[in-house]
Amino acid sequence: METYTWLRAFADSWHLLFMFCFFIGVFIYILRPGASKVHDETANMIFRNDDKPEGADTASRKAAHNEPKEAR
Amino acid sequence: MWDYVKLAVLGLVVVVAAIAANMARDLPYLVHMLAIMLAAAITFIWLIRRAGDPVPAANPNEYMDGPVRYGVVATAFWGVVGFLVGVVIALQLAWPELNFQWAQGYLNFGRLRPLHTSAVIFAFGGNALIATAFYVVQRTSAARLWGGGLAWFVFWGYQLFIVMAATGYVLGSTQGNEYAEPEWLTDLWLTIVWVAFLLVYMGTVIKRREPHIYVANWFYMAFIVTVAMLHLVNNLAIPVSVFGSKSIPVWSGVQSAMIQWWYGHNAVGFFLTAGFLGMMYYFIPKQAERPVYSYKLSIMHFWALIFLYIWAGPHHLHYTALPDWAQTLGMTFSIMLWMPSWGGMINGLMTLSGAWDKLRTDPIIRMMVVAVGFYGMATFEGPMMSIKAVNSLSHYTDWTIGHVHSGALGWNGMITFGALYYLVPKLWQREGLYSLKLVSWHFWLATIGIVLYAASMWVTGIMEGLMWREVDAQGFLVNSFADTVAAKFPMYVVRSLGGLMFLLGAIIMCYNLWKTVTSSPERKPAAAAVPAE
Repeated sequence: METYTWLRAFADSWHLLFMFCFFIGVFIYILRPGASKVHDETANMIFRNDDKPEGADTASRKAAHNEPKEAR
Repeated sequence: MWDYVKLAVLGLVVVVAAIAANMARDLPYLVHMLAIMLAAAITFIWLIRRAGDPVPAANPNEYMDGPVRYGVVATAFWGVVGFLVGVVIALQLAWPELNFQWAQGYLNFGRLRPLHTSAVIFAFGGNALIATAFYVVQRTSAARLWGGGLAWFVFWGYQLFIVMAATGYVLGSTQGNEYAEPEWLTDLWLTIVWVAFLLVYMGTVIKRREPHIYVANWFYMAFIVTVAMLHLVNNLAIPVSVFGSKSIPVWSGVQSAMIQWWYGHNAVGFFLTAGFLGMMYYFIPKQAERPVYSYKLSIMHFWALIFLYIWAGPHHLHYTALPDWAQTLGMTFSIMLWMPSWGGMINGLMTLSGAWDKLRTDPIIRMMVVAVGFYGMATFEGPMMSIKAVNSLSHYTDWTIGHVHSGALGWNGMITFGALYYLVPKLWQREGLYSLKLVSWHFWLATIGIVLYAASMWVTGIMEGLMWREVDAQGFLVNSFADTVAAKFPMYVVRSLGGLMFLLGAIIMCYNLWKTVTSSPERKPAAAAVPAE
């Protein structure tokens, strides 16, 4: 079979199905139970480490990390 | 030892570039080789004065903000240059006498137009993206930039690319592909710089000290990776001679057209959208001091955007030799793209929920919100214009130009200005901006300028489209092309005025940022032990 023909056939069958399933899978994964906690934590991460990387000299700041700042 | 290797390589580059300049077959190639020789020679001298000095160890407990500061300055500088050239070509369209006879072949509309588009997209936008990417990836990874001096190479290498592209346009070296005008030599150089950019970015993300990769980083990574892919595929070309700037593209015919607009549309999608969305998802929450409205929605926005955008390119080729099914596919994906775009817009706007009062007091937030508003408007207008029936009226008219500018000035420009106003006091350790009043002036000048621009282009675009298709009872066309050009004059004047206001706003911003760095009081370092909040 010609390269174009089989690539074309593969693209609009199996690969299309793969991309569709992957896309739906991503949405299911985002909405999985327990994700909200991770997402809240990640959404608030931008409010720390503003001036310095997280390092050894930040013991006091480390304590603050354990309670993510509730901005709303 | 490493210093001597670098010196040897730089010395070799200087000699080879000098030989190539001597053998040059055309003027743009000669200028490019001289630019490369000069850049390598300056770096050589800079390096040899430091060779053998003990290298101060980079402190991993500090962020590397030098390239970000330079990037901010370069963004402001190239922004003003790009807007100025835009105003000049807008005036040239209104008054063609401004294509001066003495500058024919260098500063006429045809030469300046790609200079304008590339200056605003790649010089202004590109520098803004590189600078904010370096800033955001460090803060959200809680780690210093990876790669030591590589970030400096990215910054200076990118400036050399801009100089080579800009001189090439004025001297007439172009591939003739919209937004991909630079010839093979400049393309190769950009490839090297871009790979270094990707390495610095990924290196920093990989050594992050945060468990999760913040959503802004996903957008930045999509931007870097996809632009690399687009650039490589669309610029596949064989140089006629290694001593000349001209090259022959590998693609031809309708494939060439499709690849060009696959490139062109995704340059909009991944350079001007994904990259700037990375900015939005970091700087709006920071400036509003509250986390993004819905983190789940932001991840959905990301995946839906990258899955759909890549297919939308064919809508630039409606009613051409491109197969009908491909045109319809492009149209369908463009319409679907409306949904994730508005999801992202809602996410950006709703981040302010509970803090809407900030709109009254904080002109920077106002700027960012207007940017997101224009993002929403442009991503509604775009899908609408991609519908074949609408496109038959709008294509080749000034409506397209108006659409591009409500996106570029409104969305990209305003979010970048917002980010610059946020960054400058942070990067130069200032208490705050020099003047919020000047920010308000900038805001209103820019906003009214964009409204004048977009409104005049809607009027002239639809008028032009209707005039082109008007036929009399016998089926003959009523208007000649020159009739439409004459009818557009008043709108061209209004458009120039809008552009001029936008430029004025940017100059006010530069003054304000300059005064912030030089005469705003210094920020006091926070007390060592921060009490629990």
